[in-house]
Amino acid sequence: MKKKPMVLDEQPKSKAAVVWSVVRELPIVPILIILIVLIIPTIFAELLAPHNPYSGSLRLRLQPPSFLGGPEGYLLGTDHQGRDILSRMIYGARISSAVAASGILIGGSLGIVFGLMAGYFRGWIDAVVSRLVDITLSIPIILIAIAVATAAGASLGVLVGLVAYYLWGVYTRQTRAETLKWAESQFVKRAQVVGCSKLRIMFKHLLPNMVNTIIVLITLQVGFVIVFEASLSFVGVGVPPPNPAWGLMVSEGRMFVVSAWWVPLFPGMAIMLTVLSFNMLGDWLRDKLDPKLRQV
Amino acid sequence: MDVKQDPAVQQEQEQGKRIGKIVLEVKDLKTYVRTKRGVIPAVDGVSFYVKQGETFGIVGESGGGKSMTAKSILRMEPKPAASIEGGEILLDGVDLTKLSEKQMRKIRGREISMIFQDPMTSLNPVFTVGNQIGEGLRIYEGKMDKKTLKAKIIELLKKVNVAAPEKRISDYPHEMSGGMKQRAVGAIAISSSPKIIIADEPTTSLDLTIQAQYLRLLREIQEKSGVSIIFITHDFGIVAKMCDRVAVLYSGRIVEQGTVRALFKNPSHPYTHALINSVPKVEKRVDRLYSIPGQPTPAWERKKGCYFANRCEYAVDRCFEAYPPTFDGLSGTEGHLADCWRLEDKTWKPKPYLA
Repeated sequence: MKKKPMVLDEQPKSKAAVVWSVVRELPIVPILIILIVLIIPTIFAELLAPHNPYSGSLRLRLQPPSFLGGPEGYLLGTDHQGRDILSRMIYGARISSAVAASGILIGGSLGIVFGLMAGYFRGWIDAVVSRLVDITLSIPIILIAIAVATAAGASLGVLVGLVAYYLWGVYTRQTRAETLKWAESQFVKRAQVVGCSKLRIMFKHLLPNMVNTIIVLITLQVGFVIVFEASLSFVGVGVPPPNPAWGLMVSEGRMFVVSAWWVPLFPGMAIMLTVLSFNMLGDWLRDKLDPKLRQV
Repeated sequence: MDVKQDPAVQQEQEQGKRIGKIVLEVKDLKTYVRTKRGVIPAVDGVSFYVKQGETFGIVGESGGGKSMTAKSILRMEPKPAASIEGGEILLDGVDLTKLSEKQMRKIRGREISMIFQDPMTSLNPVFTVGNQIGEGLRIYEGKMDKKTLKAKIIELLKKVNVAAPEKRISDYPHEMSGGMKQRAVGAIAISSSPKIIIADEPTTSLDLTIQAQYLRLLREIQEKSGVSIIFITHDFGIVAKMCDRVAVLYSGRIVEQGTVRALFKNPSHPYTHALINSVPKVEKRVDRLYSIPGQPTPAWERKKGCYFANRCEYAVDRCFEAYPPTFDGLSGTEGHLADCWRLEDKTWKPKPYLA
């Protein structure tokens, strides 16, 4: 494309032009993958799934994908109970996104509030919050998950709670560090001189400066949460069967990996593609939102 | 002789200002800071007053307690390390040291506002300048519709001489030059029509031409609104230009204070004398600029006696024994005070300027 010469009296770009210039640069491949594998199935599961994800026909168990000679209508084959793998994956996307969204929402909000408080008030609040974070992050999360799931029983709610519990620490630590950085800046002092309350300074002055970091953190965390949910389901303490969670499907399919490799392969690929895409999107966002790399 | 070079003459030109009654009186203010090396008196018994419409200068070296004094007045001393240990800060008779944080919030901005040293960082980078001026307005005047608010913001930007304020209102801080930003900060400071503006070295990070413009702007604002300004600086040239009265701070104590004229004509404390002496003079060529030998003694190494004694060329034995009392009525004017043992002798003066 030919570069446009700079014109001195160039009119400022309209809002639409600014939006378009951002859209044009979006990393299209990861976004498409996320849309196809995660978001569209989440929203339109009922419309897209060709079969019932919960029950199948035992006569049709472990059938190969239809493009490899399997029965018509079972695009990715069937599992050991004769359920359509594609339909289960489509419903599984819904579980993955539900766990990721609610876990990050709860854990992230808690973490941001605690991080802001610890970083801005300092003193004993900081000491207590920081030690709690250290404790949270130093105990292996899988261990806790197994303990909790055994005690309280595996359910979606427990899973979301575990995700939130772990992310709380991560977000608190990050937000606290950012708060410490910004709290010393003069614009915070000036806001104080203007007469802003502490709450107002925390949420109206400090938080907007951290949005970039938080967005990047969220994007990178989605991948983690999906893997985490899958790992727990794989171990057997995540989403209880017969729910169609991706991790659970891989786990159930591992027994047939030699004879019916399609059972674990496709959900495994869904996990990999989603996580990879989210990480790529996160990297891109980090570069994009880094003020040092941003063009004025 | 060039008349403009004489600070006293320039001072006389300033006398047209209307100066009213006392608005702020600081009495024996003590702000101590706890550090690893023990408790340090950053502000060690400072007393001064500021009248309405007056510019009061606070000068001194880095670490002399200038900023800490300003922060203490706003009750923004860095807690919990620093705390006000004694004295009173009377704003129209109300002692600010006794107010709660919540009550102080009503004083900050509304009664006393502040302009910080570095305009680059005193605006929030993620909001437009208009938004940030509006924030103060909404706090002071309550909710208002967008149109009124915008009109008020534009009016404020006009007051601080921002060209084309209608366009600048939606600029982000990074889209403005340093001088422009400092004007915007000034607009925020005057948005509440405060009684006092504390200006903490507001021009230090601006280049010289912008500095002059900004100082002129501050004076203009003062003439129009009658606000008092506490001007903190280490530049005696600016003091001569801006201030009516001035206090010289050394190691947390005011060693000399009085009208700018009295101070420049008859600096009585050796430290003031040395400071004025170290201002470069345009009409005189020297090989080496004058500087005061040594460094201020850190508080934890301080011995009894006058804090300045070890750097003072006039020090006598007694200066090392006890801190000197304050002498008033120096150079024949009431309110010209200095702390120096040598002033016991009414005829004593530091040597005249190096010719």
